[in-house]
Amino acid sequence: MTRLRVAVADYGAGNLVSIARALEIVGARVTIAADAAALDGADALVVPGVGAAAPAMERLARHGLVEPIREWIVADRLFLGICLGLQLLYDGSDEDGAITLGLLRGRTVALRDAPTLPHIGWNQVDIRRDHPVMAGIPDGADLYFVHSYVAAPIDPETVIAETTHGSRFPSVVAKDRTVGVQFHPERSGRDGIRLLANFVDWAAEPVGRAALPIPARAG
Amino acid sequence: MLRRRVIPCLDVADGRVVKGVQFVDLVDEGDPAELAARYAAEGADEIVFLDITAAPERRGTLLEVVERTAREVFIPLTVGGGVRSVDEMRAVLRAGADKVALNTAAVADPDLVARCAARFGRQAVVVAIDARARTDGEGWEVLVRGGRDTTGFDALAWAERAAALGAGELLVTSIDRDGTQAGFDIDLLRAISSRVIVPVIASGGAAGPDDFVAAVRDGGADAVLAASIFHRRIHQIADVKAAMAAAGLPIRVSREGVAA
Repeated sequence: MTRLRVAVADYGAGNLVSIARALEIVGARVTIAADAAALDGADALVVPGVGAAAPAMERLARHGLVEPIREWIVADRLFLGICLGLQLLYDGSDEDGAITLGLLRGRTVALRDAPTLPHIGWNQVDIRRDHPVMAGIPDGADLYFVHSYVAAPIDPETVIAETTHGSRFPSVVAKDRTVGVQFHPERSGRDGIRLLANFVDWAAEPVGRAALPIPARAG
Repeated sequence: MLRRRVIPCLDVADGRVVKGVQFVDLVDEGDPAELAARYAAEGADEIVFLDITAAPERRGTLLEVVERTAREVFIPLTVGGGVRSVDEMRAVLRAGADKVALNTAAVADPDLVARCAARFGRQAVVVAIDARARTDGEGWEVLVRGGRDTTGFDALAWAERAAALGAGELLVTSIDRDGTQAGFDIDLLRAISSRVIVPVIASGGAAGPDDFVAAVRDGGADAVLAASIFHRRIHQIADVKAAMAAAGLPIRVSREGVAA
């Protein structure tokens, strides 16, 4: 079997070493993509990211990646957004008023009633719906979070798992072949690596079968 | 529920883990990546590297060590020691660190905290505060350069200011307790954790599992860091976590030892 080719978007200064290496460990061939041309030939796209939405959108634009990411997801190609990469999928962010990718309905809002902020550390991920990326990960598993804002999706069907820190927020969302995780699987030990392995395995499956557990998009 | 973290700290000089007293008589203790991997397997929730390389021109070795560690260890990695600018922080993050701890440079130039937070997000910025009780009993003073220099900064005021400037976490070390195994300075921890919303990491003075419990339960710490008791194998991370769990504190039960 040929190895899945995964492009990891590089649009800033964050740590890409961990995510690239973690994907390699689970069998992917990784390309670091600092521009649209580097997405050619990729089977899946991973957008990591931490920090605020507005500077991230600016940097994505500077790297010419905004439209390619939009087109990628609209074409229902395999996508994983991590942390800020999940939040950017929504319409906009309350943090700095940024207009984000608008591929999922909802906004990024402040995490309410949190006893500490940022929400930093290992917290439980409570699974609400079955999804291929969560296979073998126990309900309530601890994964590593670092953020102060959360997605507030309009469509509850897209929420795969939730986590609570003061208030409850979605920690895994999915629609069709787009997945977003609020935690950092590349920093979450064994269960995080498992999620990435699941993503890569899911990606390697035929579209029809892989899409089964998720409600199909109308039209 | 958010878990209380147990964080082993490794002193790194010239790319090797070292052990010494007050930065003298350093003894080579091994490879940082290997030791970090061992701690991760034993249930560490994060790893901190404190770079104590004396010569600035040899600091490149640190980046190589960070990258090697980030490729082998899939828990968060914080690097502290000697980072003085946005560019230096960028290099450490790109090498594979998740967070950088600023200490002396942040006291000298508090706006550095704001610049780093604006560039990398506040979650990547830890401000390390080395504090010593004032002899008149009126609070604590901030020390820099590894506890050698006084600053006149009040530790509580600096903690609040650092959080307001953009620190995502505060690493609070009691210089009075550091290396003494007399337990954490609970009053200091409580004074700071009650004033800021950002997580506080307790450091300095751990002797045994009960100290970790006290730092969280009484000091309000979100995480607890220790060096020597783990290096010397006096206590295992699992012992510390067992004591915390017995005290009703939420901890992560590591599954790292379980075959994938």
